[in-house]
Amino acid sequence: MKSLATLKAWGTAALFALATAATAQPQPQRPAEIKLGMSTFMTGPASVLGAPAKAAADMWIEEFNAAGGLDGTKLSPTWIDEGQGADKFLSEYRRLAQEPGEKLMLSAISSGYCNALAPVAEDLKVINILWECSTEKVLEERRYKYVFRTGPNGTMEMVAAVLHLLKLKPDFKTLAVVNQDYAWGRDSWEIFRNTLLALKPDVKIVAELFPKFGAPDFSTEVTRLQALRPDVVLSTAWGGDLDTFLRQASQRGLLKSSQFVLPLADSSLERLGDAVPAGVIVGFVGDGYFADPESANDPEARAFVQKFKQRTGAYPNFAVYHMIQALKAATGAYRQALADNKGQWPTTDQLAATLRKLEYRGLSRPIRLREDGQALQGQLYGVTAKDASQPFPVARQLLFYPADILTPPVGQKSAEWVKTLKPALIQDSRIRRVGN
Amino acid sequence: MDLNLLLLATVDGLSYAGSLFLISLGLTLICGVFGVINVAHGSLYAFGGYSAASLLAWLLPHTSSTPVLVASLFVAAAVVGGCLGALLERSLLRHFQDRDPVLQLLVTFAVFMVLEDVQRMVWGATPVNAGDLATRLGTTELLGVTFMNYQLLFIPGVALVAYAGLQLLLRHSTAGRQIVAVIHHREVATALGINAARIGTLTFALAGALGALGGALSVPMTSFVPGLGAEMIVTSFAVIATAGLGQVTGALVAAVLIGMARSLAVYTLPELEVVMPYLMMVAVLLVRPHGLFSATAARRI
Repeated sequence: MKSLATLKAWGTAALFALATAATAQPQPQRPAEIKLGMSTFMTGPASVLGAPAKAAADMWIEEFNAAGGLDGTKLSPTWIDEGQGADKFLSEYRRLAQEPGEKLMLSAISSGYCNALAPVAEDLKVINILWECSTEKVLEERRYKYVFRTGPNGTMEMVAAVLHLLKLKPDFKTLAVVNQDYAWGRDSWEIFRNTLLALKPDVKIVAELFPKFGAPDFSTEVTRLQALRPDVVLSTAWGGDLDTFLRQASQRGLLKSSQFVLPLADSSLERLGDAVPAGVIVGFVGDGYFADPESANDPEARAFVQKFKQRTGAYPNFAVYHMIQALKAATGAYRQALADNKGQWPTTDQLAATLRKLEYRGLSRPIRLREDGQALQGQLYGVTAKDASQPFPVARQLLFYPADILTPPVGQKSAEWVKTLKPALIQDSRIRRVGN
Repeated sequence: MDLNLLLLATVDGLSYAGSLFLISLGLTLICGVFGVINVAHGSLYAFGGYSAASLLAWLLPHTSSTPVLVASLFVAAAVVGGCLGALLERSLLRHFQDRDPVLQLLVTFAVFMVLEDVQRMVWGATPVNAGDLATRLGTTELLGVTFMNYQLLFIPGVALVAYAGLQLLLRHSTAGRQIVAVIHHREVATALGINAARIGTLTFALAGALGALGGALSVPMTSFVPGLGAEMIVTSFAVIATAGLGQVTGALVAAVLIGMARSLAVYTLPELEVVMPYLMMVAVLLVRPHGLFSATAARRI
């Protein structure tokens, strides 16, 4: 009897020890490399943004590894093409996320894909950094432990756009919108419209035009706008679409007769050159701009812009800045977690906890991540002006809008929050001038 | 909607129809002669546009004469489109012509994918365009709205000339009449002594040149990006399906119909603008399943 009781006691103790050991995450060994599962548009019209971002990432990772990586651990990127369709993308994503070894996913550009892959990453307990997609819905509709966004979301971009417009042209009467007919075009308009109506209820929206994504021709839209003569025209289009729209609008004089607000024009200015006149309101989807006067004193930013221009022939656009932010946030989090762990390699959960309160910098101003995984990055807005030093317009009269006034509190949905904004926000003292 | 807006919508619709017609012309010819939808037509359009842009970029430092620059668009289209089309037919499609039509379709699809990648290798992902040429032709003011002469007059003009030229070719030249015969019935045409293989190559070269012309004439107005070819194929398919496969006059009528419908939608129901071509296609096909115009065909028992 005694031996049986002793046996049971020892047996229970052993089982308990085993169970505890099994559920606790073991401290991993330092890996030889961190596999980065990175996605971008390498084909299709969105590759206008995706290809430069990939070039920037390859360049940055090369330099990082050459300088020794994370005290010896190198980064090893694998690229997934977002242009191959949702099914193929998701299956490749899953495959990479389930590979053994230390890994981190940096995905995606397309808001549609981000919505789909966030639950997958959460299920597989793999950290995913949404490095570019702007849809605020991903992190607002559900709380994630392993999904983070290291750049701004649509709410910040659009609220800042409205504030800037109202600061520069407080008395306009009519507005028209020409956005691409897909998730971003529609969602960005929703936020812009609700913010505008909250801050200026008497505005009249005379036309809401949504030409298809990749439309080759905007002449009918331009004709309609010329007939309607709105004071302001908004477009959150980007890439080839924006190029075509602006060119056609400019050739027919629409850019001079209406005030254009183009939050994503940053990537098109260099290509369009003289087609864009002075006086157009442009945004930078964040605050990364190669001609930002405050970054002229930053050697890292200057060196990067020079190297990027040499390598690709063009100045960096907002997708490039977002990619670098994501990489710096990821490596910064590893460094911080290693320091907190006194040199022990962190588990995924420890890394996620570090990310959740991380403060980091891309190539512009400092950024902070908050509990729901969203980065708080301020927005830069300016007005185009001719400049002798460049064959294309440069943005001047820059204003910086800090993220705190542009974001709903954690847990509140953007759609409701923007309706509560008050006109006093336009004169908020935290908005500051950049440069002279 | 008042008369002014209606007139503006008509003007826009007709100029859009002009470029639609040019793009669909080549596709409908191949459909008629070979009985297969050439998916690679989108690539011919893209190649035409990119080559024209490259040629213009090369010419601009040497000459500033507008007629020369405009002529270079046609030259680029004819050379690139014609050669590519003929090459495609001789090297690839000829070997599949007696096989299952689905297989032929898949072959053209494969060619399309290969050409997309070649295009991306040669010209990259950055948008390409030749906007200065369109500005040179000036603007016209109509009902208080400024229009580009290039889009208002030049493109519809070229479309009409192309239509008239093609009709002349098909009705009054030997080669043209042989093409019509082969479109109508390949076997009987061969039995009557027409060299159907040579006609096939000729048709492909002509269709290729026309498709490339559509692209070359679009590049001063649009930015060319990877993936544009795929968009074009879908839209031009809607046009030729509405028209009736192989019908040239039908393509003109269908292009005008769809162009007008789309432009009216932008003025009245902008939400429907994107689906207008396909709504028209469905509406027409419900009433006339073979398209607006179709060749009378004897029923085989």
